Amino acid sequence: MKAFLRHFSFEFVNGVRNKNLLLLTYLLPVGFYLMMGFVMVEINPLFLEHMIPAMVIFGMLSAALLGIPDPLVTSRENGVFRSYKINGVPSLTILLMPALSTIIHLVIVTAIITFSAPVLFDAPSPVNWGWYGLIFLAASVAVVGLSILIGVISKTSRMTVLWSQLVYLPSMMLGGLMIPYSLLPESVQRLARILPATLAMNAFNGLAMGGVSDFSAWGSVATLVSGGVLAFILALFLFSWDSRNTTRRAHPLLGLAALLPYLLQVFFN
Amino acid sequence: MDQSLIEVDNFTKRYQDFIAVDKVSFSVHEGEIFGLLGPNGAGKTSTLECLEGLRQPDTGSIRVAGIIPASEFHKLRNVIGVQLQSSSLPDSITPLEAIKLFSAYHQVEPRFEILDRLGLDVKKSAQYYELSTGQKRKLALILAIMHQPRVLFLDEPTAGLDVSTRSVLHQMIKELQRGGTTIILATHDMAEAEQLSDRVAILLNGKLVKIGSPLEITATGAGLTKISVRTRFSSLPDAMNSFPAVSHILHQDEYQVYFSTDIGPTVSALIEYLDRSDDTLVDLRIERPSLEDRFLEITNLGERQ
Repeated sequence: MKAFLRHFSFEFVNGVRNKNLLLLTYLLPVGFYLMMGFVMVEINPLFLEHMIPAMVIFGMLSAALLGIPDPLVTSRENGVFRSYKINGVPSLTILLMPALSTIIHLVIVTAIITFSAPVLFDAPSPVNWGWYGLIFLAASVAVVGLSILIGVISKTSRMTVLWSQLVYLPSMMLGGLMIPYSLLPESVQRLARILPATLAMNAFNGLAMGGVSDFSAWGSVATLVSGGVLAFILALFLFSWDSRNTTRRAHPLLGLAALLPYLLQVFFN
Repeated sequence: MDQSLIEVDNFTKRYQDFIAVDKVSFSVHEGEIFGLLGPNGAGKTSTLECLEGLRQPDTGSIRVAGIIPASEFHKLRNVIGVQLQSSSLPDSITPLEAIKLFSAYHQVEPRFEILDRLGLDVKKSAQYYELSTGQKRKLALILAIMHQPRVLFLDEPTAGLDVSTRSVLHQMIKELQRGGTTIILATHDMAEAEQLSDRVAILLNGKLVKIGSPLEITATGAGLTKISVRTRFSSLPDAMNSFPAVSHILHQDEYQVYFSTDIGPTVSALIEYLDRSDDTLVDLRIERPSLEDRFLEITNLGERQ
């Protein structure tokens, strides 16, 4: 436990000390939130209605999808994991540390956005704080789990960019952050439904913000949690200490199985 | 020093069709410094990594302190300390944090005094990416020894270190040995291996071609002993048959240099000659073939075959 806590405290500090992580975890989400608050609300006053959840989800996408995978790949390729292995750091801990520290950083960013938006921009606050917290956790687990999996299965840093952008860009455009889900064409809605961002926005709107969900909000929360947990389990199964010396338990494409909960909920939710 | 702590029996490691290590067997005694030598690609790192539990042998058996490294790594990690040739730490970690972190995983109290010993105390709060190559190697060594392991694996421990730090490191290695640590030293530095090792094994193309103490290995070669002699009147003969067992002669500065295949008869004949002549001995130096000479002889022979 002492080792775990010490490792966690280092990982947490690393998120602030490392300039790239600082940029992706704090500066980009908070900077973008302020810009959207001052500019977007002038252009589209309706944006204010879902500003808080949209900016919280944007923070998750930036911190996790852009911040987690690349350090995992470079650590594996540079021999950091080899150092960890010979000193007895378990693979579970190696994957849990960036996941937990990112979620804690996200709690801070979320608090900044949630408490400043009503004051700065007159954005509506959540009406159900319990659900707000639970949906935040579910969405964080989903996005962080997916990000860890991308870091584990990618061979190179370039591949992490490709895989991350495959989730990040559609989430930004179709996830309900900029354009409400209900305004998307039906064919695009089907595609948007498999994105964690869409499910999180739907759950926030239906259960926490006092709005109306476009499809089952409970189902969205369940999908986010199961998708995140499945992605983490797959990451642990496919984890490799060293790409030169150790072989994976299965082909990295098995990681695509993490999409199953998202695909299934399109039919059942 | 007669109890085997490491036992390697008929060990083979393959990478697809390439055989990196081929049926190698050796044992390392408790408290011994065991040098693992060989040119690049000889199989040293593969052997070390299988001993450390980082790779799995294809055939044969390996035991380190009675533990099978590949399948019982959880038991092995507190028994061994490893300074890897290619390893790293997170860019933003400081030496202090690294010591605290890995001490916690080894369940020992952090030993910060080693930082001072290796001259790394001034950089104890610097981030890893700010350290020089030598400082990174020092930190890797500190992390390898801080939990006082029974077996210490050092892969090129002094590469990139300055002369004074090398000397401190050599002292530390000897101290660790006196404290009972068994040390496996893989190095390209023959002088270092000769100075520190009780026994060395020479690997060539994945095979173990020589094992023994540095003295035994140098003595078994066809290496010539260099006898440099300086006399007051420089009267020494320069004909090949002047003294027994001389294979060739050189004149270097004020010295007559004889290369002998059998040092005893050559030196006796030299002294007798000087007794009989009116000349007086000023300086006599005898240099036996070094481990490096013998290593080059073995590896050149291996490559020719």
